[in-house]
Amino acid sequence: MVERRPLLGLLVHLLLILGIVVVAFPVYLAFIASTHTAQEVAQTPMTLLPGSHFWETYKAALLGNGGGAGSNAPVGRMLWVSLVTALIIAFGKISISLLSAFAIVYFRFPFKGFFFWSIFITLMLPVEVRIGPTYQVVADLGMLNSFSGLTIPLIASATATFLFRQFFLTVPEEMLEAARMDGAGPMRFFWDILLPLSKTTIAALFVIQFIYGWNQYLWPLLATTSEDMYPVVIGIKRMIAGGEGGNEWNIVMATVILAMLPPTLVVVLMQRWFVKGLVDTEK
Amino acid sequence: MEKRVLFKSTWLPWLLLAPQFCIITVFFFWPAGQALLQSFQLQDPFGLSTEWVGLDNFKALFSDSGYLESFKTTAVFSTLVATIGIGVSLMLAVLADRIIKGALFYRTLLIVPYAVAPAVAGVLWIFMFSPSLGIVSYWLAQSIGFQTDYLLNSNHAMGLIVSAAVWKQVSYNFLFFVAGLQSIPKSLIEAAAIDGAGPWKRFTSIQFPLLSPTTFFLLVINLVYAFFDTFAIIDATTHGGPGRDTSTLVYKVYYDGFKAMDLGGSAAQSVVLMVIVIALTVFQFRYVEKKVNYA
Amino acid sequence: MKNRFAATALAAVTLCLPIISQAQTEIQWWHSMTGGLNEWVNDQAKQFNDSQKDYKVVPTFKGNYDESMATATAAFRAGNAPHILQVFEVGTATMMAAKGAIKPVAEVMKESGVAFDPKSYVPAVAGYYTAANGQMLSFPFNSSTTIFYYNKDAFKAAGLDPNKAPSTWPEVVAAAAKLKASGSKCPYTTSWMSWVQLESFSTWHNVLFATQNNGFGGNSARLTFNSPLHLRHFENLANMSKQGLFVYKGRASVSVPSFVSGECAMFTGSSGSYADVSKNAKFAYGLAPLPYYPDVAGAPQNTAIGGASLWVMAGKKPAEYKGVAQFFKYLSSPEVQSASHKRTGYLPITTAAYELTEKSGYYKQFPGTDVAVQQMIRKTTDKSRGIRLGNFVQIRTIIDEETEQIWAGKKEPKQALDDAVRRGNEQLEKFEKANKS
Repeated sequence: MVERRPLLGLLVHLLLILGIVVVAFPVYLAFIASTHTAQEVAQTPMTLLPGSHFWETYKAALLGNGGGAGSNAPVGRMLWVSLVTALIIAFGKISISLLSAFAIVYFRFPFKGFFFWSIFITLMLPVEVRIGPTYQVVADLGMLNSFSGLTIPLIASATATFLFRQFFLTVPEEMLEAARMDGAGPMRFFWDILLPLSKTTIAALFVIQFIYGWNQYLWPLLATTSEDMYPVVIGIKRMIAGGEGGNEWNIVMATVILAMLPPTLVVVLMQRWFVKGLVDTEK
Repeated sequence: MEKRVLFKSTWLPWLLLAPQFCIITVFFFWPAGQALLQSFQLQDPFGLSTEWVGLDNFKALFSDSGYLESFKTTAVFSTLVATIGIGVSLMLAVLADRIIKGALFYRTLLIVPYAVAPAVAGVLWIFMFSPSLGIVSYWLAQSIGFQTDYLLNSNHAMGLIVSAAVWKQVSYNFLFFVAGLQSIPKSLIEAAAIDGAGPWKRFTSIQFPLLSPTTFFLLVINLVYAFFDTFAIIDATTHGGPGRDTSTLVYKVYYDGFKAMDLGGSAAQSVVLMVIVIALTVFQFRYVEKKVNYA
Repeated sequence: MKNRFAATALAAVTLCLPIISQAQTEIQWWHSMTGGLNEWVNDQAKQFNDSQKDYKVVPTFKGNYDESMATATAAFRAGNAPHILQVFEVGTATMMAAKGAIKPVAEVMKESGVAFDPKSYVPAVAGYYTAANGQMLSFPFNSSTTIFYYNKDAFKAAGLDPNKAPSTWPEVVAAAAKLKASGSKCPYTTSWMSWVQLESFSTWHNVLFATQNNGFGGNSARLTFNSPLHLRHFENLANMSKQGLFVYKGRASVSVPSFVSGECAMFTGSSGSYADVSKNAKFAYGLAPLPYYPDVAGAPQNTAIGGASLWVMAGKKPAEYKGVAQFFKYLSSPEVQSASHKRTGYLPITTAAYELTEKSGYYKQFPGTDVAVQQMIRKTTDKSRGIRLGNFVQIRTIIDEETEQIWAGKKEPKQALDDAVRRGNEQLEKFEKANKS
């Protein structure tokens, strides 16, 4: 703070609190709903204080025996599938992107422009838009219902390559000159210098990709034929009656909270590196 | 933007590129090529009969007033999401930058929405704004007599999806602005303060100009996000309604291809989108990257 | 050595696998049932699996109706289709047109030697899933129809007779006016705009929704729901909307909670919503037949079917088809049917199941639960067998889009219906073109 103005300081805090109330409200509401019975949630207006049914609802959501609601697939298994999928996508994407960004930034070779453009075109077309033909390929390769089928098609885009390229471009050229003076080859340079420098960018990408993988819905629905390969987002959709039945909002919201916890933990715990990594890259 | 010092090797770059290139060839270009073929075909959903129809799918597309409208809808939606999202998070970041006590607490709470799946965000929004049990619509009606009606009022529907999309993206923007503000030397601010510049003056004359690369970067990211990553929100809330007033381009591709199983029509739209994306990418790399100075 | 051991073990396992799997033939069943209905589906499979040793039905949730259908078509293209696929009624024409992709249920039953009498099924239900040549194509699983719900407490408060539901549209308007006068903010709302107000409305009044007997006669059907009668009804609804007697509460079944919460006093929707209403409504409610216009000759006829049926996909092994036939036989037994009917509110699909439920005293205990059956059990006419059109998913969306313009005051009813017919016909032309054969 440059100057002391207690009134202004108070105003700042008030405004921030207001911002937080607005931003955190939907999540708070979901939590509150998960501590009540379905009937209590259906009242207008719903109460905004926690109810006394916390354990009941979460037990019902986790074990899937919530009196006609929920589903029989245990949320525990679905959380596991989500976790494995998200981790494979995050690590897979980071590794292949590191290598290709390294090649594009640090080498001169024929058709470089062609490779560059063909990778970056993939940047913005989401899987959902080319989902049918992608499914056909995955089925032809016999990858349905496996973690490889769940993850590899989602790895096929260049977000991470793009960010690594941006970051590598900011690495001072002297680093490379010094390494070459010491007689280091390209892979030595990559391992000993570039990789340690990229730590924060890697951390940031890990967060982005983990959340991207965790939140997938349509692709897992298509690429798996067995309910024990379903991630938790499908579990949530399965609880929301699309046709004619009513929703047990309390159980739905309990599952929403459960499904939110792991990615939230990842973001919150890694927030320092996440921000630093992204900012380093962007500069 | 090229390094002056480069490695030379006849085989290593190819080897390094191989994994990425194989994956995008098999899982991106091959399917995208199939989509391109499909855009010239009329097919039943099961693929039992296929007929080449040339440019019919494209002709149908551009003679459909609804498709042309969805360009406009997409533009309005994306602009709103990007400007409101950036504006709100910039404001929050400037506020958060001023305080020392409790900064981590505020920051942690503000980044939680980033972890929420778009489809789930849509569910939360329905839960809050549903005309019968939504608590927010109830409050609005009770406190200021504002009747929310996203089912029939296009502006309310647009407001609903914009607010949900912004909510998802505020955290991301916020983190960038906080980091950007922290990297501005404190001495600059102090010098300005000594010269008698108040907080607002300091913001407009020092902080905001220095944040311009960050702002520009976020603008691109937010536009891409609004363009492509928000159809799950639309699908969970308005379904493109009322009428077709919230049906964006990507939502329409998704609806026609996945819900209505009109493969040819959807593929033709994908092709149009691909062309737009390629044009945007070229534009960004050729023109914009040269203009913005990445220090 | 190690390698050889591993190879031997692998060979042994590979050899044994067919034997193990031969013990039980697995039958994949993809469905779209969410919430409590998801459990109902799982219970049906489990009870069947426990009842015999040869087959194992594996139910898998594949997203909502349109998602599971899209998933299954993609799977079929890649040779991975399930044995049984649950398809909603609007997908019926698409499935029927896909002759190489499906195997008619009648054929499955006959080849497996399972006794199968199409006549034992409720006519309006079975008729919908039967081809022009009388062959039953798919197995009716969860069928529902459109009925009228009303809040008896609200009726009392408005000075209306809570034991007499309005049976005609003029009566609905009169009741709505009284409800409004007594302070109701939402006297009447509806779910499923197309299904209730156009499709069921058409069959209920014995008028055509589309030519070619609503698509039963072939793929060259075109929409006709901008007729004077349809227009009259929508002008009526538009007037109600202007006066605050009808309040639009969203597409599909989004409006159900506004009746359940007590906000809306009268509601037209699926008989399948009964489970939700009976469980969560905190007021006395009544069920009644859909209202009609008394001056229309032939009305009321019967209402249109909704819900979904089970399709058998082509290209599977005979042993697997036998299992499917056994499963369908199990599902259609009166006891199973009656239990499902009571549990879910879906219609019983056989007359025997209906009679069994009646004998059990269920309808006396829960008055109104037989309304849907009563509406469906009549003999159907060519105009009332149901609506079976291609690209019906899009047509329903178009109807939602266009009619929303009426309630928003942006289009006159005539304009909206004409536009919906024109845009819908473009979809039908496209379907006809893609399914020439």
